Amino acid sequence: MSKIPVKMTVNGRAVDELVEPRLLLVHFLRGKLNLTGPHVGCETSHCGACTVDLDGMSVKSCTVFAVQAEGAEITTVEGMANADGSLSALQEGFMQEHGLQCGYCTPGMIMRAHRLLQENANPSDEEIRWELSGNLCRCTGYQNIVKAVRYAADKLNAQREAAE
Amino acid sequence: MIPGAFEYHRPASVDEAIALLSRHGDEGRVIAGGHSLVPMMKLRLAEPGHLIDLQGLDSLRGIQQAGRCIEIGAMTTQQEVAASELLAEVCPILREAALLIADPQVRYCGTLGGNVANGDPGNDMPAVMQCLDASFVLRGPKGEREVPARNFYEAAYFTARAEDELLTAVSLPIPPAGHGYAYEKLKRKVGDYATAAAAVVLIMNGGTCESASIALTNVGQTPLFAEAAGQTLVGTKVDEAAVAMAVEAAKGIAEPVADMRGPEEYRTHVTGVMVRRAVERALARAQA
Repeated sequence: MSKIPVKMTVNGRAVDELVEPRLLLVHFLRGKLNLTGPHVGCETSHCGACTVDLDGMSVKSCTVFAVQAEGAEITTVEGMANADGSLSALQEGFMQEHGLQCGYCTPGMIMRAHRLLQENANPSDEEIRWELSGNLCRCTGYQNIVKAVRYAADKLNAQREAAE
Repeated sequence: MIPGAFEYHRPASVDEAIALLSRHGDEGRVIAGGHSLVPMMKLRLAEPGHLIDLQGLDSLRGIQQAGRCIEIGAMTTQQEVAASELLAEVCPILREAALLIADPQVRYCGTLGGNVANGDPGNDMPAVMQCLDASFVLRGPKGEREVPARNFYEAAYFTARAEDELLTAVSLPIPPAGHGYAYEKLKRKVGDYATAAAAVVLIMNGGTCESASIALTNVGQTPLFAEAAGQTLVGTKVDEAAVAMAVEAAKGIAEPVADMRGPEEYRTHVTGVMVRRAVERALARAQA
């Protein structure tokens, strides 16, 4: 099958590649762009380890073809740090609250939590659990992940208040 | 898991999409959100030679009220259905059902049109559409036709849609103000299909049931419109005796297969429990 061109913006960088139509977005990001943050976990759209942000939506990149992302703006966990290289509030939260053990689910958790906090700056713990229900973690029991998202929400809200 | 090779098309108009479907016959498949099709392709249970991506067709998106009907474009996502203020006001069972589908990531991509056109008995919206007496708008080379949801499903993955037709929209009559509604779904975990689920819409008048509509998810080859079960409630106060009869009528048409969700007897039992809970919750919500 012939390859076709695909253009998108990934972590702020314009990308222009030739791909086989059947290439999944997660394999495009990992194999072509060397962005190995999105993990291939279950391959069945259940675990959420491959979650990336695509045009303002949290998307499981194992269930999207790269060609479907033509023209899209994509952010992976590699694009999450602050401009000066310091950790974003969410990344800091996962560190401070021990929101990870093995770390396999973490990029997906952070990307999903990022979109959640864009849509709801002050979620309750129950809302955090509901909104992260498409991401599986086999280590933490989720408690510290919820705390990590809470930490980030509180920090971002405090920053916003200070700026006002 | 790598899908088989295919040629990718992104039509710029509905007519172009239909022309592609006509040209490629059973080799062509449309892809909307892709969250049913791509997993099937990864398992090689689906190996279309031509994938026709509908994402460029903005005319298939959006939720509109037209008189006493709501029309929802096929490419409208479950997330958009759940977030719609119009639907929350006039037909809130859609929001309730949408939020029980899969997980947030899947709801951002998954579309209403895909959910109802796919023909998978595990999909939730088909029974909801039967409960609401919705119709599906199908467009093909010979023009447009509407098929009631209650007549659309023939067997698992077989529907009244012809190979060269595209399901472009869902049209549903707005239930009367003050109607009671509920969608009850038992699932083992987030992301699972229903062990059994029931959609109920009740209209009460002076404490008596004026009309009742019940439909069932994932307890047969197709969604099941439980017409007799609904009829047992009409004219009653929806008291214990009437509910028990509706539950038995619904269980009587359920034909679940034994799977990892449980044996047939269990899933039939759960069907009754879902119907009971949905009727009771719909009754509590209905304005007398």
